[in-house]
Amino acid sequence: MKDILQQLESRREEARLGGGERRINVQHSKGKLTARERIELLLDEDSFEEFDMFVSHRCTDFGMEKQKPAGDGVITGWGTINGRMVYVYSQDFTVFGGSLSETHAQKICKIMDMAVQNGAPVIGLNDSGGARIQEGVASLAGYAEVFQRNIMASGVVPQISVIMGPCAGGAVYSPAMTDFIFMVKDSSYMFVTGPDVVKTVTNEIVTAEELGGAITHTKKSSVADGAFDNDVEALSEVRRLVDFLPLNNRSKVPVRPFFDDPDRVDASLDTLVPENPNSPYDMKELIAKLADEGDFYEIQEEFAKNILTGFIRLEGSTVGVVANQPMVLAGCLDIDSSRKAARFVRFCDAFEIPILTLVDVPGFLPGTSQEFGGVIKHGAKLLFAYGEATVPKVTLITRKAYGGAYDVMSSKHLRGDFNYAWPTAEIAVMGAKGATEIIHRADLGDAEKIAQHTADYEDRFANPFVAAERGFIDEVIQPSRSRKRICRAFASLRNKKQQNPWKKHGNIPL
Amino acid sequence: MFKKILIANRGEIACRVIKSAQKMGIKTVAIYSEADKHALHVAMADEAVLIGPPPANESYIVIDKVMDAIRQTGAEAVHPGYGFLSENKLFAEALAREGVAFIGPPVGAIESMGDKITSKKIAQEAGVATVPGHMGLIADAEEAVKISREIGYPVMLKASAGGGGKGMRIAWNDEEAREGFQSSKNEAASSFGDDRIFIEKFITQPRHIEIQVLADAHGNAIYLGERECSIQRRNQKVIEEAPSPFLDEKTRKKMGNQAVALAQAVGYTSAGTVEFIVDGDRNFYFLEMNTRLQVEHPVTELITGVDLVEQMIRVANGEELAIRQKDVKLNGWAVESRLYAEDPYRNFLPSIGRLSRYRPPQEVADATHVVRNDTGVFEGGEISMYYDPMIAKLCTWAPDRAAAIEEMRVALDSFEVEGIGHNLPFLSAVMDHEKFTSGNMTTAFIEEEFPDGFDGVELPEDMLRRVAASAAAMYRVAEIRRTRVSGRMDNHERKVGTDWVVSLQGQEFPVVIDADPMGATVTFKDGKSHRVSSDWVPGQSLAKLDVDGMLVVIKVGKIPGGFRMRLRGADMKVFVRTPRQAELARLMPEKMPPDTSNLLLCPMPGLIVSVAVEVGDEVQEGQALCTVEAMKMENILRAEKKTVVAKINTAAGASLAVDDVIMEFE
Repeated sequence: MKDILQQLESRREEARLGGGERRINVQHSKGKLTARERIELLLDEDSFEEFDMFVSHRCTDFGMEKQKPAGDGVITGWGTINGRMVYVYSQDFTVFGGSLSETHAQKICKIMDMAVQNGAPVIGLNDSGGARIQEGVASLAGYAEVFQRNIMASGVVPQISVIMGPCAGGAVYSPAMTDFIFMVKDSSYMFVTGPDVVKTVTNEIVTAEELGGAITHTKKSSVADGAFDNDVEALSEVRRLVDFLPLNNRSKVPVRPFFDDPDRVDASLDTLVPENPNSPYDMKELIAKLADEGDFYEIQEEFAKNILTGFIRLEGSTVGVVANQPMVLAGCLDIDSSRKAARFVRFCDAFEIPILTLVDVPGFLPGTSQEFGGVIKHGAKLLFAYGEATVPKVTLITRKAYGGAYDVMSSKHLRGDFNYAWPTAEIAVMGAKGATEIIHRADLGDAEKIAQHTADYEDRFANPFVAAERGFIDEVIQPSRSRKRICRAFASLRNKKQQNPWKKHGNIPL
Repeated sequence: MFKKILIANRGEIACRVIKSAQKMGIKTVAIYSEADKHALHVAMADEAVLIGPPPANESYIVIDKVMDAIRQTGAEAVHPGYGFLSENKLFAEALAREGVAFIGPPVGAIESMGDKITSKKIAQEAGVATVPGHMGLIADAEEAVKISREIGYPVMLKASAGGGGKGMRIAWNDEEAREGFQSSKNEAASSFGDDRIFIEKFITQPRHIEIQVLADAHGNAIYLGERECSIQRRNQKVIEEAPSPFLDEKTRKKMGNQAVALAQAVGYTSAGTVEFIVDGDRNFYFLEMNTRLQVEHPVTELITGVDLVEQMIRVANGEELAIRQKDVKLNGWAVESRLYAEDPYRNFLPSIGRLSRYRPPQEVADATHVVRNDTGVFEGGEISMYYDPMIAKLCTWAPDRAAAIEEMRVALDSFEVEGIGHNLPFLSAVMDHEKFTSGNMTTAFIEEEFPDGFDGVELPEDMLRRVAASAAAMYRVAEIRRTRVSGRMDNHERKVGTDWVVSLQGQEFPVVIDADPMGATVTFKDGKSHRVSSDWVPGQSLAKLDVDGMLVVIKVGKIPGGFRMRLRGADMKVFVRTPRQAELARLMPEKMPPDTSNLLLCPMPGLIVSVAVEVGDEVQEGQALCTVEAMKMENILRAEKKTVVAKINTAAGASLAVDDVIMEFE
């Protein structure tokens, strides 16, 4: 018996070494951790339970049968993050460059099937050179099997991808279909075709970092939701995100003990909106002052900064926040901000995360680049997402809510549950100046008359009361008491049940 | 007594005056500009009158507008505060014409002390020591030597037309005086086209020490000790204290008597300040007299128990001083720190904007300590560009100097100001500086001790350990809370361990935490341990901890994977990790901050008004590169060195954030 146990231990030892000491050193020298080290950092201490440690590939071409390392380049299993279950796979770059073989894919598929069955998130740590070329189509089939499972798991369990090395070609499509992608600065990149192919085909000269590095994907392409300085920071922040997320689409959002009075009054909010309606202010300050302990986990911080998306907690329980940011492009809606917010709203709705919307929007960004880019359909995405969402929806208009953008931003008409406004709110078809110039076109030459008309329009519409008179605004609230009012609103919605008519699925304007 | 007074000022001093008036049962009138509509002094006063647009020269210092406000409200007296109209003869005269009392000295005193030459002359006549010097023309080197001997070495030879150190020489003996005269003369001739030279006493190790005087209209005048104001940055006082750590009783008395003599010589009434420069041998020389309430008056109030504003109001009302010189006792020690909206990390660039957080330390006043904060701002208020960047005066008092300084350290650490740049870290740095704590400073302190500006503080080992122990204990609390989230697997919960590695300021401290309901004992590798107890809970931005009986206050923020901790002028990233996490973290490459020496970065959020150069232009050091408008103020950005413009990333009309790249150089 003892011998048998010893044999097990030595086989395990061998498997744990992955591609061996030398390759591990190379991995470290690149500032990257190994697949197992990453799992250690991601999960609670000693909580990892591994599957398929001894799986090896079945390829016999090109001399592959001579090297059959245990595990086949990916480590899979489950463990806990602060005691809550997650499934995880971590690609091992030290074994065949983390390349994906048929068996490698099967290992991933196994834990994904279990995750869906058992209702726990899947976290993929990607560090792979791509398909195992020696296996040919078997490897491609492996990818597709993973893709199909990503699709089936979407909206059932949260899926998070962390790109911690190369991720190119077909490999990018698995992360692309997960809920969140995070990247590690300087050591990860993602692209469909690499710099060499780009050069051959289009004559463009571009580095891997420029083409698909963390900065590119967080600032320009919006493929990634966040970027971190190194592996350690990335994994610790993924843990922080998981603390916000429900385990699956049937479980409630997590609640944890909190140290912030739901009734906290913040007098400084009474002066947040500047006197001059054209002066910006930082919407992040409002989010921080509404949230428990000022804690805001921002998603896509670097992209479309005119809208803010992310998670906070109210009374310990997760709430998704969408907020116009007057500091950037006056907080207008445009193609990028609509896409960004729409995707976030749909994630929240899929996982029963209540949504808080903070509105200060002067309208949609005008211009040919917007219209040629299809702002109509992109703007409609956000409208659609809000309208189909059945989660608790609380909206607070702090200042401007003009035109169609008013409708889009979780208005009463899109089944908003609580639609609050600050006394500084202006709910109108457009700004007073623009409105006056249309209504009183005949007086355009007379500056004095126009000024008078503008003042009249402001008196009539630059306030929340016209909307409140019609019940489009449920209540005009004092800014300093917003936290209390919003907390109570969500508290009252804890048992909200709302169902959309049966359909196979809607046809969101993709 | 007056029924109603008007305060012709704003900010903290207006609030300060209102407080004393309220205590005396006098109604108050505030005046305010459009920028100050929501200011604290307006809210505190019984009445408030709008007197014009934001710039002071269109509102606060327009005599007619202030006079209108007085007429409109029927105020019987005016307190001018400091600055603005406080030493304006015309204003005092206008008040006199309308029979409104000026809470300040008579016009004659303002006038005679307002002029440097006249005031020096009057001072000399009143027997006040002045800096010895020779103002007349000096014929040749031999005469220069003769005069220098009369004054007594060291002396300074200065070009009459001089400035910027040109044509200036210090001589310690005849030989140097002779040589210095010639070279000063030559330099003056070539620099200014005017070779006249004068000589005055060179003050070594100069300190700025001033005497507070108080006089009534019945011929009584007293002095209320001194204030030491040597900690200055470009002639702007930063830290003051009373008494001075340098004066002995004899010198104090001599200075006090001379200050009183001067006050009497000019028929002074009300509170005033006689400023002296004091050399390393405690020789003191008259500089000037300030005929108003000084910014730093609270330190005098704290050690004498006299409310100077109240005294000023009583004197203006014609009352006789109730305090005699023999009643003036200096009790304990007071320190004042001026909190400026100036960013020390950006070469003290004024910072404006919204105070998203403003929580001064709790004010206390008891037998062993006092914390007093004179302020004119509030959380959610705006720091505008129009006025003085001082936002608060934080004072502490204790029975002795060391205790008062320690109180100040804790008070500064407890002061939360966010949203704008401010000098709190710098003030903390001074409080821990050996030259300050030993009382051995001169007016050159900041210039000499911070020659390259301020770049934060490195904590000494003992403090670092206290912070490390605190961070470990705090992190443990935060981690335990995280494990209490709902939805966890029953019976398989995460257990938070006892072994941690704290990394901060480039050092790692492995520690073991032994926690109990009262706190935690944090043991370091060398066997030494710290006892930490605190009621801190996650999310609190201010952690007050008892570490081995010492009060440690830390500003705590979140950064990815750790804490941002600020105290004692240090601003640190602190990570608390398990030993295994720490081992793996060590493998992470150190990321160097990008080299920005070849970039012109936008120093403040603003609008590009114009770009003065083009790609390929060779620019000289100091040449204007572009103009950024921030809050209606145009700031010209200049080249720091001779270079060539390689790329311009912006154009006129663009609006930029802090640190956006405006242009790149070769």
